[in-house]
Amino acid sequence: MSDLLTTTAVGTHQARLDGPAKVRGLAPYAYEHPFDDPLFLYPLQAKIARGQAAHIDPSAAEAAEGVVHVLTHDNAPELADTDDGELAILRSAEIGFRGQYLGAVIATTPEQARHAASLIEITYAQDDHDVELREDHPASREPESGSGDDVRTGNVDTALAEAAVSIDERYSTPMEHNNPMEPHTTVALRDGDELTLWTSTQGVHPARATLAPILGVEQEKIRIISPHVGGGFGSKGLPHADMMLTALAAQAVPGRPVKYAVTRQQMFSITGYRAPTLQHIRLGARTDGTLTAFAYDAISMSSQTKEFPEESTKPGRMMYAGDNRRLTQRVVPLDVPVPSWMRAPGEASGMVGLEIAMDELAVAAGIDPIELRVRNDPTTDPDTGLPFNQRRLIDCLREGADRFGWEKRNPQPRARQENGWFVGMGVASATYPASRQPGSVARIRRTPEGFEVSIGAADLGTGTWTVLSQTAADALGVPIGQVDLRIGDTALPNATVAGGSTGLASWSTAIVTAAQELRSEHGADPAIGAEAHGEAEANPAAEKFALHSFGAHFAEVRIQPTTGEIRLRRMFGMFSAGRIVNPTTARSQLIGGMTMGVGMALHEKGELDPRFGHVVNHDLAEYHVPVNADITDIEADWLDEKDPQAGPLGARGVGEIGIVGAAAAIANAAFNATGVRVRDLPIFGDAFLPT
Amino acid sequence: MNPFDYERAADAAGAVSTVTDRPDAVFLAGGTNLVDHLKLGVAEPDLVVDINRLELTEVEALDDGGLRIGAMVRNSDAAADPRIRRDYPLLARALLSGASGQLRNAATMGGNLLQRTRCVYFQDTSTPCNKREPGAGCSAIGGYTRYHAILGASADCVATHPSDMAVALTALDATVVVLGATGERRISVTELHRLPGDRPEQDTVLEHGELITALELPPPRPGASTYRKIRDRASYAFALVSVAARVDVDTAGHAPVIREAAIALGGVAHKPWRARAAEAVLRGAEPTAETFLAAADAELEAAEPLDGNRFKVPMTRGAISSVLAELTGVPEALPESTTEDTHE
Amino acid sequence: MGHSLHLTVDGQEHTLVVDSRTTLLDALRDRLGVMSAKKGCDHGQCGACTVLVDGRRLNSCLALALTHDGAEVTTADGLAPEGEFSTLQRAFLAHDAFQCGYCTPGQVCSAAGMLAEAADGAPSVVTDDLEGPVELSEEEIRERMSGNLCRCGAYVNIVTAVSRAAEESR
Repeated sequence: MSDLLTTTAVGTHQARLDGPAKVRGLAPYAYEHPFDDPLFLYPLQAKIARGQAAHIDPSAAEAAEGVVHVLTHDNAPELADTDDGELAILRSAEIGFRGQYLGAVIATTPEQARHAASLIEITYAQDDHDVELREDHPASREPESGSGDDVRTGNVDTALAEAAVSIDERYSTPMEHNNPMEPHTTVALRDGDELTLWTSTQGVHPARATLAPILGVEQEKIRIISPHVGGGFGSKGLPHADMMLTALAAQAVPGRPVKYAVTRQQMFSITGYRAPTLQHIRLGARTDGTLTAFAYDAISMSSQTKEFPEESTKPGRMMYAGDNRRLTQRVVPLDVPVPSWMRAPGEASGMVGLEIAMDELAVAAGIDPIELRVRNDPTTDPDTGLPFNQRRLIDCLREGADRFGWEKRNPQPRARQENGWFVGMGVASATYPASRQPGSVARIRRTPEGFEVSIGAADLGTGTWTVLSQTAADALGVPIGQVDLRIGDTALPNATVAGGSTGLASWSTAIVTAAQELRSEHGADPAIGAEAHGEAEANPAAEKFALHSFGAHFAEVRIQPTTGEIRLRRMFGMFSAGRIVNPTTARSQLIGGMTMGVGMALHEKGELDPRFGHVVNHDLAEYHVPVNADITDIEADWLDEKDPQAGPLGARGVGEIGIVGAAAAIANAAFNATGVRVRDLPIFGDAFLPT
Repeated sequence: MNPFDYERAADAAGAVSTVTDRPDAVFLAGGTNLVDHLKLGVAEPDLVVDINRLELTEVEALDDGGLRIGAMVRNSDAAADPRIRRDYPLLARALLSGASGQLRNAATMGGNLLQRTRCVYFQDTSTPCNKREPGAGCSAIGGYTRYHAILGASADCVATHPSDMAVALTALDATVVVLGATGERRISVTELHRLPGDRPEQDTVLEHGELITALELPPPRPGASTYRKIRDRASYAFALVSVAARVDVDTAGHAPVIREAAIALGGVAHKPWRARAAEAVLRGAEPTAETFLAAADAELEAAEPLDGNRFKVPMTRGAISSVLAELTGVPEALPESTTEDTHE
Repeated sequence: MGHSLHLTVDGQEHTLVVDSRTTLLDALRDRLGVMSAKKGCDHGQCGACTVLVDGRRLNSCLALALTHDGAEVTTADGLAPEGEFSTLQRAFLAHDAFQCGYCTPGQVCSAAGMLAEAADGAPSVVTDDLEGPVELSEEEIRERMSGNLCRCGAYVNIVTAVSRAAEESR
């Protein structure tokens, strides 16, 4: 347990420090830094899902107005390391998925680059492709990059057969696309043997550490700058091929910046997505609802180009007890684009199946769904056997139920109708690990005006500019106005990625440590120019405790029975996330996660056409994310607490937990409204119409 | 985007003559559909004739009590026009159901009518499409067809027309005024758009170079009317199904009787679909929930849904009956209970 | 294929030469370096590029620059002349009506245009009485702001901010 920081700024409202620039549109995102004489890149993409680009004829593009260079595998610079199938691009004619980069045109204007790219003739040798995920797929296998082995405890089959109450159902989640509002963008400039990338990333240092060995250059020769990130939700956590393509293009035209903003359509095949999952869940319980059997077999789609498992079984490992347990996670590698992180990878998809299944068990057992969860709340982590840091799921459920008005819910479906619409309420649990990554370093330097605090952290709308300034102010014991924070640049000390809700815990630990170092090295009033570094170490509490956040979602939906229309009416989330550093920005993150959960529940689905191998609704008109009118009323709150196991702030991070379980709460509300159980997301109105 | 020449038209006749003479020339009005298509490579003109400065921006009363709306009146201005709000509320509602506030500020009345389909394969030049490239084949058949037709489609094309406004105009029996190289002609909106047949590349009966200069609405007819749009999102989404309807009920006698009904459907066909079969059932009938369902069933008898849009048949049925119930004040029929039903 | 174009952007006059294909958005960003208008989708499907053209909100990505020769364009930056924030911008700051900030200038411009439309009495699809006065309820604001996507999910705060700004400027 670490000593908790004494706080003044932390825990209080602070308006976003980057806000004034953002409401005018002046905070520079990757594309928007001033550049002299830039060139513009437009890529070539494969129009088949598997085979070879047998011949690429660049001549028409090379002759077109304004074209400076055409990049293909025939002339692309060598790579030093080609193990990463997603990033080792332009190596050969081989095509692993439709939309894969085959080259790029670099021209003087964006219009010229795009037009010239359309002139290039590509001759394909097409092979049969396979992009269809199914449960009995012969290529199904254990993930190579998974986070845990199968779990087989006791005898699930016997326990299920003997259970007084049981359910045995299949659930699915579709292909979902992060779609941050700022498309992935990189501007690359090669100057001598140095390469500078202005890009949109959730981690400048991790991106550099990934790219440098592939490009075969020293990390010190690459600088990555990313002060403002227009959303990411995981898709800007790991570098994708667009960043590599722009870096390669810059090698070909030294001295001139090359600008490439991925188009919205290209994002659907290039910048990662949440892989679809198939989840088979069997639960057995006594008549009082206590679980005796817990079986969860899940499969996710992965890519032949690079494996990424969407491990939906992850939350199933630690959520509920049961003596007889079975959890298996498989992936099916297909000829599809490379999946990646999307907000709460694993937890968000897994808590769809599991939390709908729990609702089904509650119905089967005739028990209130909150009470069912209370009766199955384990005292120690069923996965590791460790005690929990603070497992306050029951508090979230009960406090949330009070605040939401759960007592007004009629457990009988189709019991409530208003103005021709059926109305129903649903609940679901939320959980997310509380992790801290080692290795972030902060530097604090005394200046005439106060303290310059430097760390290569990222703000993708998460409030980093603000909350790290609050943290530094308290760590230094000064007003926030004396803190001059610098983030988003590899010229600053190393920072770990803004991902997995680890950013705040990891970076703040480095800042608090640096402030302690500054005091111990330079005294209470350091001289101007004095500086100190602090590094975040791994959280020692992780050895002794199962560290998690918890929460409970409550949703009320209405459904028009004659037309099938389904709309959210209101939603409330109650969370246990340790100390909340800035209630304003934390509430926004939680509400934002819940809003994305509404999209997951009611709207979002990438339609992968098996004949072509690409997502055909690849834009924001056809791939629906919620609009303002869909979000009638969402509120979030949290338990007033501090988690001494989480680090010096006692805070656990709130970037992901808002989406976890949100979709299940809506699905459960839809059942309560209509009696129709939807197990395949998203819930379209079709489900409520007679067939 | 291919390079193209650009000209700003000074008058309608000049614009028509310029485009008529150039087979690959197009008119540019609000741009909300054409500029989209230029970027996608769906449209590849060699000349763009910008008609945004033409003085086709008036809404004028006609001698017969109707209304003439200039083709370059913006959708938002038409929806806000007090005469349209008062006398043609279903048109105002249809306009306001479409797109977003920003897009309605740009989109014009003429351009809205000539929107092209939102079929994802039509918009994706990497997949075959008969509408884009005659003879290439239809990718939608056997593909993603949530937004596709259930009525009047062909083996060559199952696309739908995306406009809300055109559905309302179809129910209103509006007329389109068209200027061509040889003079002006008038076309009923119901005759403007085509069914795909074996020529899906042809959305409308307009000839190359013909320019819509105005819409004419007949005098307001009696009865209650509205426009209802069923969509996957609460706003800013194309219709799965929409209904424009006007019903005039005679309440003078012992039992009320429907004197006249006009119904048009959106999202179900290659053109705004005038529901004549449903209208025939309603005319002279007593307004009841059963009558409304019978009217919907009469219209949907010809429906041929695809694997991806079978839901549209009950959805259209529900939407028609729900709108008629709303307009006549008759309680709606609820579908039978499906408790413990499951959706796989 | 250069064409001469005159634009007034946030009070500054510009004469420039553009390709016939150049959109108003690309003219702002790539030719004039005016980055306040954002590119989110480039197809009129997200609203991030929303600017005021002669006072009306438009998607600048779906307009050819040449169509708007001579126009007065206002971005979110132009709504804060000399750094003096508009009522709307102050409300966005006070109510945390954004997270990443990328959709924000478009939201602000859209809200400004929307308030003017409502002040002119323009109805929306959720207005019950098409002929009555416009009351900017939260439902009305949600519908009228639905042309601006926010993937961070700041909608509830955007509605609060716009609602407060509407009250304040009444």
